[in-house]
Amino acid sequence: MIELKDIHKSFGDVEILKGINAKFDTGKVNLVIGSSGHGKSVMMKCMVGLETPTSGSVIYDKRDFTHLEYQQVREVRKEIGMLFQGTALFDSLTVEQNVEFTLKMFTNMTPAERRDRVNFCLEQVDMPGINQKFPSEISGGMKKRVGIARAIALDIKYLFCDEPNSGLDPVTSRLIDELLKSITEEFKITTIINTHDMKTVFDIGDDVVFIYEGNNEWSGKVKDIKTSGNEILTRFIEASQFH
Amino acid sequence: MKKIDGLIFTAEMNFFNQFGKYVLFIKGMFSKPEKLSVYVDRTITEMNNIGIGSLAIVVIIAVFQGAVTTLQIAYQLISPLISKPVIGSIVSDSSMLELAPTITCLVLAGKVGSHMSSEIGTMRVSEQIDALEVMGINSSGYLALPKIIAGLIMIPCLVIISIFLSNAGGILAGEASGILTSEEYLQGARASFLPYNLFFALIKAFTYAFIITTVSSFHGYTTRGGALEVGASSTKAVVYSAVAILFSDYLLAQLLL
Repeated sequence: MIELKDIHKSFGDVEILKGINAKFDTGKVNLVIGSSGHGKSVMMKCMVGLETPTSGSVIYDKRDFTHLEYQQVREVRKEIGMLFQGTALFDSLTVEQNVEFTLKMFTNMTPAERRDRVNFCLEQVDMPGINQKFPSEISGGMKKRVGIARAIALDIKYLFCDEPNSGLDPVTSRLIDELLKSITEEFKITTIINTHDMKTVFDIGDDVVFIYEGNNEWSGKVKDIKTSGNEILTRFIEASQFH
Repeated sequence: MKKIDGLIFTAEMNFFNQFGKYVLFIKGMFSKPEKLSVYVDRTITEMNNIGIGSLAIVVIIAVFQGAVTTLQIAYQLISPLISKPVIGSIVSDSSMLELAPTITCLVLAGKVGSHMSSEIGTMRVSEQIDALEVMGINSSGYLALPKIIAGLIMIPCLVIISIFLSNAGGILAGEASGILTSEEYLQGARASFLPYNLFFALIKAFTYAFIITTVSSFHGYTTRGGALEVGASSTKAVVYSAVAILFSDYLLAQLLL
């Protein structure tokens, strides 16, 4: 489980996150929704340590991530996988080398064992046989899937996805959603997805946190989202044409 | 006047701010490597990129540098009172003390430095460095340290090659133009050779290698924005490296000669 306790984040005089409290349960697809520019990505960056919160704590299964020593932070990070909005695949490495990367860095697997694990991960995302291709040679949807394969190469406990469907066609978008759902259930990980795609929310979401102007405006189950009684959330859902 | 003072103060603070970040960047690289074998592999790859990749341009520059210096020294020393081997002596000493290390490294600042800066800068703006950090990898150590070690090994080698080829260029130009024979050139070069000069050239080469690799990596690593900023970082890396090389050139000459 990941818990956020009173997270504040400011850039200069501008306060982006204004005291966010939230809990993200293990084995569930937790969705963070909200309009662009309201602090979703900053919150995710604070959670994975790419930004340091101005105050507050991020707790990973009773470990206060924000107040750990650098070496301890690195240990926690080995349990984290992240799918970036632009995939962030290493463009000088092949698909196989990308997926193999963390295995090579953090395990003592033999090359054959690593190859088996890479093939397993690529099969999980339905991308077998593209091992020797470079990221520049594959499509956006394929890159996302390879990004997921890279994220799950180690036995991770937490998976973060920043706008996993951005720039994808509806069919590929749905495939990615289903993939994230099945991986979360199969590997019993805590998945947190930043999105403003309400289709994703209704298709695969378990719990939802709605961020508005840097605050946790509403949080609860997906099934309760339409009856939340929160005007801002209702307007957001209506604007997305999923009411 | 107050406005100018204010501007100077801001520029000074900006310089110290940047220099502080540069020092922290270098300090941040030195943590226990996640896997030594990966770092060794990366260092060897970078040695190939820096050393073999720059060999052609270094060869061309060194040969022409020696040849042109020989012709110009000969032009300036037309006197029956000056023996011809003096030309060889001046060219070989100039090559060793100044031309080979400094000119070679200024060229390498352009070639190697801009490549390093744009490579790391592109990784920064496309979130690849963030991906490394999230994986628990010390990104500055993983990206920059192999480049710095490779530079510290290969750039002095390139400078030694450059010294050798400058003299070869000098001999060729002397022979081709009929100004002096190779025997006369070598006689002068041998007579004035001091092992300390070679040591001095190597000190310069190590210093410049450190400047080129660290300054370029730093500018790439601290890039923010998009493609335009990657280009700007690359330009800054070359300009700052060149200025730092020239400044340290003066400093080393003052301290060690």
